[in-house]
Amino acid sequence: MATAPPAVEAAGLTVRYGSKTAVDRTDLAAAPGEVVALLGRNGAGKTSTVEALEGYRRISAGRVRVLGLDPQERSGHRALTGRMGVMLQRGGVYPGMGPAEALRLFASYYERPLDPGELMARLDLEGVAATPWRRLSGGEQQRLSMALALVGRPEVVFLDEPTAGVDPGGRLAIRGQIADLRAAGVTVVLTTHELEEAERVADRIVIMSRGRVVASGTAAELAAADPGGARIRFGAPPGLDAVALGQEMEAQVTEDRPGEYTVARAGDPAAVARLTSWLAGRNLPLRDLRTGSRLEEVFLQLTAGEEDR
Amino acid sequence: MKAWRSQLGAELRLTARRGDSVLLNLAIPVGLLVFFSLVDVLPRPPGVRHPVQFLTPGLIALAVMSTAMVSLGIATGFERQYGVLKRLGSTPLGRGRLLTAKIASIAVVEVVQVAVLVLVGLALGWSPGGPMGLAVPVILLATGAFAGLGLLMAGSLRAEVTLAAANGLYLLLLLLGGMIFPLSKLPTALRDVARALPSGALSDALHGALTTGSSVPVRAWIVLAVWAVAAPAVAARLFRWE
Repeated sequence: MATAPPAVEAAGLTVRYGSKTAVDRTDLAAAPGEVVALLGRNGAGKTSTVEALEGYRRISAGRVRVLGLDPQERSGHRALTGRMGVMLQRGGVYPGMGPAEALRLFASYYERPLDPGELMARLDLEGVAATPWRRLSGGEQQRLSMALALVGRPEVVFLDEPTAGVDPGGRLAIRGQIADLRAAGVTVVLTTHELEEAERVADRIVIMSRGRVVASGTAAELAAADPGGARIRFGAPPGLDAVALGQEMEAQVTEDRPGEYTVARAGDPAAVARLTSWLAGRNLPLRDLRTGSRLEEVFLQLTAGEEDR
Repeated sequence: MKAWRSQLGAELRLTARRGDSVLLNLAIPVGLLVFFSLVDVLPRPPGVRHPVQFLTPGLIALAVMSTAMVSLGIATGFERQYGVLKRLGSTPLGRGRLLTAKIASIAVVEVVQVAVLVLVGLALGWSPGGPMGLAVPVILLATGAFAGLGLLMAGSLRAEVTLAAANGLYLLLLLLGGMIFPLSKLPTALRDVARALPSGALSDALHGALTTGSSVPVRAWIVLAVWAVAAPAVAARLFRWE
């Protein structure tokens, strides 16, 4: 894997709209068959990054490559259209066209398309096969957009917020498709503002904030790199004597929410033993004991202060 | 080629399915032709004995304007708003073939419109004459001019604004187009403006091409040619795909 050239690559990618810098010197790489999630709040630069890779956005500086080709250049983009699948953040289908017709039309664009009927079955669109796009629910529209991104048997797929506005069943269908793509060796770059989504589907997570990559790695690597350090978290009855417990633990104890506590030290076995014996000595119940840091906190710290528009 | 043919088929199916485009492209021109041929209330040029003689070329002009400007503009405006144009740009179809498929679909619709209007006209007693073959290049030039205007609106305005603007322009150009009554009935200043518009030039040219003993005025050729070059050029400059 380490020697294979990346299927998707951005180096020093910068996208400006007038005086506003949407993407600022971003580096990004996805190996063949890898699923990479761009995670960030709205306005973090995820869509601009993906659209630069798709060839929609002019880049102001840096370079982008998809399957070794330059999507910013006319001939590179042309050569890529048959090899990449694109799911826009919204829209992209004739408002008066239903899933069956849209899939047949898109299939005709490609050399070796998937069977539209089979794709509709996989994405649970058979019941609405003839319903015009404008009358489909948000989830059905997203699933059709996904099917249209896949119909040409792409080698690289870009999915911009694939599960936004999708009900739980539809999310499972879309996540299942992403897992199948990965198993088939297809490279997937997706954007999401939901941490849970990124954790579930991606091999690697790239966290963006204000146009820049602030962290990247597997979910475990990111959690381990918690800039605030490790913690012990537990649940117990509200109103414990945090000062007394803090003296016992030799670390600060805070009650984050009623009955939920954080001890500001690493959760090694000796420390956990001190905590449990302190509680046992007072005959107090214990629940939800966790050590280490959580990806959620990493994400919140890295993107702190950003407006979630 | 397969992609292009499928795209043309899709464009035609979508056009046929849109009630507003069927109404505008076929029902209104045919309805006006039948009604004002049978109900002789509109003025016509001196020497024209039956209204259908004047109305058939005029309503062919109206049909061309409806398809190339209004129908194309509105459909393309909504496709732009729904991200269809953007999305198709990243498929192997590409923008070039999307555009040529749209142009071909306009040509097909125009052939159907002309055929229906000619048949209805003939049934109502129309007897065409003149340099009829010239109607083809006249319609081609006019299609270029009106398609340019339609795409100019579609590519630079919001879809709802395009919808309103295209329909408003349709009514204006119908009244100033010499399509259902002759331009000679307009006040002089207005008539000069009307003759410089593609609608007036198109109806003048079609009346010239399809009427016994007449010809296509040079002024109409010039006006049509200028619009056919200028409108698409401005549209191409200002068109935003998303």
